[in-house]
This record gives sequence, C-alpha cells and structure tokens, in this order.
Amino acid sequence: MKKKLWIIMALILVVPAFLFTVGCQKRVATVVKEPVAKEEPKVEPKKEEPAPAPAPAPAPAKLDTTVMQSDIYFDFDKSNLKPEAQENLLQKAEWLRDNPDVTVTIEGHCDERGTNEYNLALGDRRSESAKAFLVNLGISASRLTTISYGVERPTCMGHNEDCWWKNRRAHFVVNQ
Amino acid sequence: MKRWRWFCIYVSMLILVSMGSQTCGAEEYEYIDISSPFLRKIPLAVPLFKNATADVKEAQLSKLAADFLAETLDFTGYFKLLDRGAFLYDPQQDGVIAPKINFQNWTVIGAELLTTGSYQLKNDEIELELRLFDTFKGSRILGKRYTGKIEDQRRIVLRFCSDVIQYLTGNKGIFDSKIAFVSTGSGKKEIYACAFDGHNPERLTYNNAISLFPAWSTDGKWLAYTSYKKEKPDLYIRNLTDDYENSIAREGINITPDWVPGKFELAATLSFSGDPEIYLLTGEGKIIKRLTRKPGSDVSPSWSPDGNKFAFVSNRSGSPQIYISDINSGEVRRLTFEGRYNTQPSWSPRGDKIAYASQVDGRHNIFVIGLDGEAPVQLTYDSGDNEAPSWSPDGSLIAFSSTREGPSRIYVMTAFGTDQRRLLVLAGEQTNPKWSRNH
Repeated sequence: MKKKLWIIMALILVVPAFLFTVGCQKRVATVVKEPVAKEEPKVEPKKEEPAPAPAPAPAPAKLDTTVMQSDIYFDFDKSNLKPEAQENLLQKAEWLRDNPDVTVTIEGHCDERGTNEYNLALGDRRSESAKAFLVNLGISASRLTTISYGVERPTCMGHNEDCWWKNRRAHFVVNQ
Repeated sequence: MKRWRWFCIYVSMLILVSMGSQTCGAEEYEYIDISSPFLRKIPLAVPLFKNATADVKEAQLSKLAADFLAETLDFTGYFKLLDRGAFLYDPQQDGVIAPKINFQNWTVIGAELLTTGSYQLKNDEIELELRLFDTFKGSRILGKRYTGKIEDQRRIVLRFCSDVIQYLTGNKGIFDSKIAFVSTGSGKKEIYACAFDGHNPERLTYNNAISLFPAWSTDGKWLAYTSYKKEKPDLYIRNLTDDYENSIAREGINITPDWVPGKFELAATLSFSGDPEIYLLTGEGKIIKRLTRKPGSDVSPSWSPDGNKFAFVSNRSGSPQIYISDINSGEVRRLTFEGRYNTQPSWSPRGDKIAYASQVDGRHNIFVIGLDGEAPVQLTYDSGDNEAPSWSPDGSLIAFSSTREGPSRIYVMTAFGTDQRRLLVLAGEQTNPKWSRNH
C-alpha cells in the first residue's frame, strides 16, 4: 500500500515536470526562418473573363496630385535642400495638410557616378532630408515613408550632366 | 556532397599508401615569398601527360587534364607558363620520374619548375600520377597519385594545384573558394556565385527584385546580402546548406554586410535612426551594438583578419573617404587623403593592405594602400570604371568589376595589379564581386 502511494506521488510530481520541460523547449526555438525561392515564380496566365458591367457608382472625386508629382533636386554627393527644393516642399506640405488622409513614400535617388553602396546611403539621406523638412512643417512623420534606390532606378539613362541632375532627386509617390 | 567525401577519403588513402611524397612540412617555401613587395614569376613547364594506352578517349581526357593544370597554375599569377612548342620532351617516350628526366632539356629553355603526369583511363575510372620537380636541383618536390571517376578530374587537378601552392607558398591557395556577384542576366539584379576561376556560375537568388552586396561568412555556409524583395532594401542572411534566410528589415536602408572573421556576427549599415550608421549584428539579425556615431553616411564595413578593426566609408569630412575604427578602443582614424571620392574598402586577408575604389577625373579605379595611409598605389588605368575590389582568401589576387569592354563584368588581377583578365562571360552585367573566405 505504501509502495503504491509512493508510485502515485511520483507520477503526480514527475509527469507534470516532464510536460513542463517539453513546453519550455518548444518555446526556445523561435528564430524566424523564411524559405528560399529556388526558381523564377511562375506567372499564371490570367483567364479572360467577361468583365461584369461596371456598376454606375458615383465616381470618387479624383485626387489632384500635380503638386506631389514634381521631384526635388540635389547637388552631387549632397543631401541638403537647396532653396528651390525648400520652395517645392512648402507647396507639398500645404497639399498634404489639405489631404490629411493620404500617405506618401519619398524615394531618394542618385546619379550614376558614385559607387552603389555609398549612393544607397546618399539616397537615404536625401529622402530623409525631405521628410525632416515636411515634419518640421507639421506633417505627421507617420504619413511619410522613405526608401532609397541609390543608383538603381535612374529616370534618365544618359551618361552626362543633362541626365545626372535629373537623377539626383527625391521623388514623391502618393499612396491613396 | 556525400560522393565528394568518399572521393576525399579515397584519394587521401591512396596518397598515404602510394608514393610517400618528399614534402617536409609547411616551413619549406623558399620558392615564393608571398610577403615580397615584388612579384617574381617562376618559369614553369607543364607538358602533356604520358598516357597508359593509345586509347583516343584517354588521350583527350589526358590533354584536358594537362591543359587545366596549366591554366589553373597560370591563374594563380605565381608562374610564367612556358610555351609547349619549345619543349624538348615527348611525354609518350620520355620519362615522368626523376631518373628518366633529362633536366638539362628543361633548364636550357628556362624552366625552373616542371610538372609531369601519367594518365590512365580504365572503364570510367581515371588514375593520375602528378609530380612537381625542381629542374635546377634535379629533384622531385611533390608526387601524388589520384584515382576517381571521370567527372572528378577537375577536383583531382585542383587538389594537386593546392598541394603545389601549399609547398611553394606555405598556404593552401584559393582552389576551394568561390566568388559571389550580382548579375542582371534575368532582367533584375540577382546574386550569383561561381568557382574561383569563373567555372560553373550558379544563380543563388530568385527574388525577382534588386539584390546587392553579397558577403560570405568565414566558413562559407552563410551568405548575407541586400534585396528589395519586400519593396525596400532589407538584409537577408541565407543558410546555404539548409536553404532558409534570416532577415533584418528595419526602417530605412539595411545594406553592405561584412562578416566578422570566424564568428557568426556581421557588421552592416542600417538607417532606422534616421542616419546611415554601422552596427554589429548577430547572424540571426539582432543588434549587438552600434559601431559608428557621426552624422552623415557610414557604410561598407570591411573587417581586419583579426576582427579587431574595420575599415569603412564615411563622408564626415565632407567627401567620402576610408576610415579605420578600432572596436576595442573606439578610436577612429582617416586612412585616405588623396582624391575626393574613395569608397568600397576591402581589407586584405594578410592584414597589411586595404584595396578600394577611387574616383579620379570622373573614373573609378582600384587602389591599394598600406595601413599607414602612405603612398596609395593605383592598380587599374585607362580601362573604363573599375570598382568593388575583393581579395582572394590568400590575399594573392583581387576580383573587381570593370566596364573596360562596355558592359560591367568581373575581372581578376594579382595583388600587384598584373595579369588583369575577365573571369567569366554571362548575359547582362555583373557587379559587386565578393570572394569567399574559405580556401
């Protein structure tokens, strides 16, 4: 009888302890591992379906983004805002105050002349300069995202200053 | 992988039981002094091998092996390969072992080193005996016998090359190393890798997005890189054996990784603070500490081989220049003073030099500078833009990208700037080469 009691005691104490150990081990292994793509993603050809007749919904007032479409430009290897760029950003700030629901992505770009590592950082500083200026004018930082492309996405493909100045820019994308 | 292991065991057993080479340990490298500031190329003769039979296939494979041996030893930059047309030697008639070699026939054409080989094809198995001789002493330096499948031929020849370089220089050479790079062949910049000599290029990423700045861990098992696959420049740390990735995706840029030698840690530039700064990270992507603290850009860390210092690019003085930071003392000093645009530092695995790209008159060229910052030496001239230098693991060669033929491609040169040659031809443009650290 005594022996039986001892076994029961052991079960009560030891078995939950084991359960607990297993639980702990599970919790440790939580490094996020993303699987790796091994081939080109296949693009499913879209099936042509007869488009349903567009519902004659009242068209939403189309946002006029003209003010946001102009780029601001920088000197070679510089991220400071020139007077023209500041003028431009003043107008953009006004527009952003008038359209409080939109968010904006500010892209930083560089001309091709530098090396790509340094230029990626330079593009980052250019987009951050524009963002900081807008934030100082009262635009919420949460509405402004920056992304640097460095030399990776030039808008003008030539290899001279006619093109280079156009590529040293911050570009504004309105996300509605 | 498994087959390779068996092959290794097979070869090493054969080496043990067979010829018993005369190698006397790693100290004996009077032939090539790798620390010499001058490059003296040793005249080397690599004649065709002696074949066991008159079989045509055997003769073809044997010639391929001999040619590959010559090409590979030439690739190292240590030798002046002598023209086979001048050889007073018939490999089928004359001997391949010391008593049967007339060394005067070699010294008279200027050869100081000679390799000989005998080759046999039996079914699908090949057997090679490869030897290296000092022609002036008339003595054998190395002798090895290898057996394997036909498809092992490249590995067998590379193994012998590795033994040759080990004997002559005291280190293993570069024959197991790889070069990662960026290529636009698919239409987007993706990461690729090839063998040290450009052999077997292989695409590693299928991100369908701009991918940049590959960096190997010391053991070659991890590759860090930047990709826009989630619409912004994030860092990915890929396990090359098990095919998964850790990511560092903070706000702003996450770029220019470089692994701390021998550790599962890396430095990289992150700009989540609003300013691009260099951080020390774990291989899982956690921040250990911030390494730079200056407004402006701090990018492109490159570790010293002892892991106590790193070179990096900063524009804190007004233009991009190379700096060195001591991580223990925190001391930072400027290394480059000539030129207004010095970027892409790469610290030599031998520790004594830093290669970088400098823009002069609108063109980028590769320079090498000592740690004292005195007298930078220009290695590339008048050949388009030459960028992104990366040292071979033994510090003897430098890979870089160049637009000398129009589109950007990967080239290799010696640490002295000699023997500049294209590494491989691929569709699209190739940039940002990074040589692995494993030999």
